[in-house]
Amino acid sequence: MTDISRDEDQRVSVQPVAIGNGAGVFDLHHPPSDELISDCVHCGFCLPTCPTYALWGEEMDSPRGRIYLMKLGKEGKVPLDDTYTQHFDMCLGCMACVTACPSGVQYDKLIEAVRPQLERNRRRSLTDRLFRGMIFALFPYPSRLRVAAVLGELYRRLGLRSLLHRTGLVSLLPRRLQAVEALMPPAKLRHLATRTPAVTLAVGTTRRRVGFLTGCVQRVFFADVNQATVRVLTAEGCEVVAPPTQRCCGALSEHAGREPEALDRARGLIDAFAEVEVDTIVANVAGCGSTLKEYGRLLRDDPDYADRAAAFSAKVQDVSELLAELGPVAERHPIEARLAYHDACHLGHAQGVRSQPRDVLRTIPGLQVTDIPEAEICCGSAGIYNLVHPEPAEELGRRKVDNVLSVKPDALATANPGCLLQIRRYWPGELPMFHPVELLDASIRGVDPIAAATARSGRPRLDARTAEPGSF
Amino acid sequence: MTTYTEEYRELVAETPRGAVTAAFREEVAAVVSPGGLISEPAQLHTYECDGLTGYRVTPALVVLPATTEEVAAVVRLCARHRIPFVARGAGTGLSGGALPVADGIVIGLARMRKMLSVDVDNQRAVVQPGVTNAGISAAVGGHDLYFAPDPSSQIVCTIGGNVAENSGGAHCLKYGFTTNHVLALTFVTPDGDVVTLGGDSTDQLGPDLRAVVLGSEGTLGIVTEITVRLLRRPEAVRTLVADFPDAEQAGNAVSDLVAAGIVPAAVEMLDELAIEACEKAVQAGYTLGSPAALVVELDGVEAEVEEEFERVQEICRRNASTHIRIAGDPVERAKVWKGRKAAFAAMGRISPDYFVQDGVIPRTKLGSTLTRIREMSDAAGLRVANVFHAGDGNLHPLVLYDAAVPGQAEQAEHLATAIVELCVEQGGSITGEHGVGSDKACSMVKMFGPDDLTVMARIRAAFDPQGLCNPGKVLPTPRLCGERPGPYRPHPLESAGIIERL
Ligand SMILES: Cc1cc2nc3c(=O)[nH]c(=O)nc-3n(C[C@H](O)[C@H](O)[C@H](O)COP(=O)(O)OP(=O)(O)OC[C@H]3O[C@@H](n4cnc5c(N)ncnc54)[C@H](O)[C@@H]3O)c2cc1C
Ligand code: SF4
Ligand code: SF4
Repeated sequence: MTDISRDEDQRVSVQPVAIGNGAGVFDLHHPPSDELISDCVHCGFCLPTCPTYALWGEEMDSPRGRIYLMKLGKEGKVPLDDTYTQHFDMCLGCMACVTACPSGVQYDKLIEAVRPQLERNRRRSLTDRLFRGMIFALFPYPSRLRVAAVLGELYRRLGLRSLLHRTGLVSLLPRRLQAVEALMPPAKLRHLATRTPAVTLAVGTTRRRVGFLTGCVQRVFFADVNQATVRVLTAEGCEVVAPPTQRCCGALSEHAGREPEALDRARGLIDAFAEVEVDTIVANVAGCGSTLKEYGRLLRDDPDYADRAAAFSAKVQDVSELLAELGPVAERHPIEARLAYHDACHLGHAQGVRSQPRDVLRTIPGLQVTDIPEAEICCGSAGIYNLVHPEPAEELGRRKVDNVLSVKPDALATANPGCLLQIRRYWPGELPMFHPVELLDASIRGVDPIAAATARSGRPRLDARTAEPGSF
Repeated sequence: MTTYTEEYRELVAETPRGAVTAAFREEVAAVVSPGGLISEPAQLHTYECDGLTGYRVTPALVVLPATTEEVAAVVRLCARHRIPFVARGAGTGLSGGALPVADGIVIGLARMRKMLSVDVDNQRAVVQPGVTNAGISAAVGGHDLYFAPDPSSQIVCTIGGNVAENSGGAHCLKYGFTTNHVLALTFVTPDGDVVTLGGDSTDQLGPDLRAVVLGSEGTLGIVTEITVRLLRRPEAVRTLVADFPDAEQAGNAVSDLVAAGIVPAAVEMLDELAIEACEKAVQAGYTLGSPAALVVELDGVEAEVEEEFERVQEICRRNASTHIRIAGDPVERAKVWKGRKAAFAAMGRISPDYFVQDGVIPRTKLGSTLTRIREMSDAAGLRVANVFHAGDGNLHPLVLYDAAVPGQAEQAEHLATAIVELCVEQGGSITGEHGVGSDKACSMVKMFGPDDLTVMARIRAAFDPQGLCNPGKVLPTPRLCGERPGPYRPHPLESAGIIERL
């Protein structure tokens, strides 16, 4: 596996670090810009929505503090050591601070400038490198994920999982591996063989020709969401093109600061879609969609790709954006239920897409869509965050679950598989969980998956806590 | 005439201090819960300023205690080793009140953020100091109760900071400042004793020490529990935004409102620049390009509110209002307020840097003061945006500048100072609600004579004889303020016989 050592590839050839070059502890390859840093007026309005500030109440783990640390770094006043980098590692990249900031500080651009700097200019501990190496050698590769999924299923079906849990042996695993173990979704084996067809024709008149990003984790573990997406899009008059050559979009790498890897993947995806003529490129995973929309900026230095990337990004829409824009044509059947809608950070904060998924869900008769208290605070999933920082992720996960519980929903919908797995992990009982398009698909097809799930398991056990009580 | 008395000099004289050593750090670590000690230089740097970034001092240590007992234990260690300490809430203060002291420690209350109890029947709650202002209202909202003081920073600032600054907000015209809504305090004195000030009712026997601590800007001790008064949500609330052709006419409308016997819940004014910034930040629906806008809110009993609301509109029209927008529902109303409350922070949208100034003028001088400010702004070649609580004459001019242009920061600072001094000249005050802190300590001599300052210093010394609790704030340090920063002149209200100095 050559990928384990990819960490080394994160080094690009840039001028070496030298204090006094104007970039302080950073190298000269896109250090966080002084202009963006100076937009922050230190008012603190971003503190209450920052998940790490909510957990620890520490200035250096708040957006304001992190921007201050960037400024100190730029001035060369602090060393680029573990203490310094830890506070950026702890940032979930949820972008709640971007939404909260009245001064329009672009923290997204700032943190995306800092992360690659840290990946390049600081060496992580061996175990950290190995663990991250494993993640990045696995997740972006659907073929490898499928193998892992089969192994995971065997582990479950052979009773190994319950054995490990019954005997408490699981607690002997390092925290991070425990997190992987617990978050690994059950794979439906029949889905592992499912592929999205290269072209699916619209039902009735074609209103739009759209490209569809099938995703890597999505493709393997949430193949039914992809199928539902294609069915809904075609029912609403879209011809759906899913280039079979497409691979990982690079979102996970980009959020982790693995810039060269992310850029390679971005170029690859642009190439994969170059063949097809589409008006819109649709993503149904919030984290991927937000990165696709960033391609223009990511590849700004690449003379061969800069323009194509910008044109690509301009076409990208989340599936709910597209559906809201098109307006419904297919008939909906009622789903009588109370649905909690959870804003995935990479949809709400990073893409500003909040009303569209709600509006689209509200086209379903009988469905009562409710918001969750503290909706702006991240659930702790955040890309690979819940794998590399399991403790804070767990606190945030439990906090989110408590907030969802408080609105007593029959089901939950969210547009990101990461959030779904995270909330499911800490949910005390059974709660039917969906991607919004799955509910639309069901409504168009005239089935009621919430009633079905409730009948299967009895009422969702809202009060019975199988897990230890949350501490909030 | 001297600026300071001999007694004052002695009372505020800097006393010998201890140093934060490794041994002291260990002692502190032993009395706070795990994770409550911050000592890495990079981390300490992030605590070096509050909402006023012009002043910076890196503390030697930051402590984040979890309980009153921990606060008291840390303060006792400071007292024993003569280490100065500064309390910090959310660090949104605009006068450098939470600015650390060199070689001192910062005691951050951000981890003490529990609602301890809510007494719905008696409309009271006991909260820890790190709970945010808006957090209190959110926690009791289900009972139809709320905490009335509403500083614009309410989503982030802490109740501890509100108590220290005696903060107010748009609605203090009708409902008063923090002091009117705090019944009792659990308070750690500078020698580490835990005492209760005030009680469950507003009627106190003996001197009201609670009131002394309210607004003392963290210079008398640390507040660790607050019993707040909660109000019932009013039956009806009506809000409008009226545009005016100039600030003078908007000011006249405010005077007419008050003269008509109407007590609005809030009257806020924004000028053209402020409107531009707010709209850029939150698209609250203010009219871009309008030279001035008033936000007027009425609340109370339905019938009365409806009737007065009509009269308010009529008064606005009489004063040449060009457009009146009425918030149709709670969502629109919330938007209007979100725009207004984001005003300071939103200045970042129209200027790289700015100074927020805070002064009070008699309401009747509103128009003329604004005209003077405009002249001063033109003369200095710097833009000044104005946002203020028009109802009680609390002015917030924002001096916009660009720190990257050499000399502009100093120029802006001069203009900002000249503006507050203008307020005093007009018979007003150097601060309405943002406090004196580090920023305005030297300006205190413009408002107070030597005897006033001496009395204040005595009170402070009675609480804090060692001078360790937030030293250098509020009261001017003669050495730092220059021995003679201009002679004391009696306050215009004093000369006019309206106020009297005791
Ligand atoms: C955008 C913006 C808008 C603002 N609008 C308003 C407004 O409308 N009205 C208004 O009044 N203010 C306003 N302010 C100023 C500020 O928010 C208030 O002064 C607020 O009360 C400060 O609270 P804090 O928790 O941030 O305190 P900090 O800034 O951390 O501290 C302020 C002072 O209180 C002391 N202190 C803090 N906690 C304690 C404690 N537990 N015990 C003893 N002393 C303590 C500190 O030592 C310091 O002197 C605004 C600030 C900003 C940035
Ligand atoms: S990032 Fe925005 S909200 Fe946060 S402190 Fe800076 S200016 Fe204020
Ligand atoms: S991105 Fe999220 S975790 Fe990071 S600083 Fe902003 S609010 Fe905090």
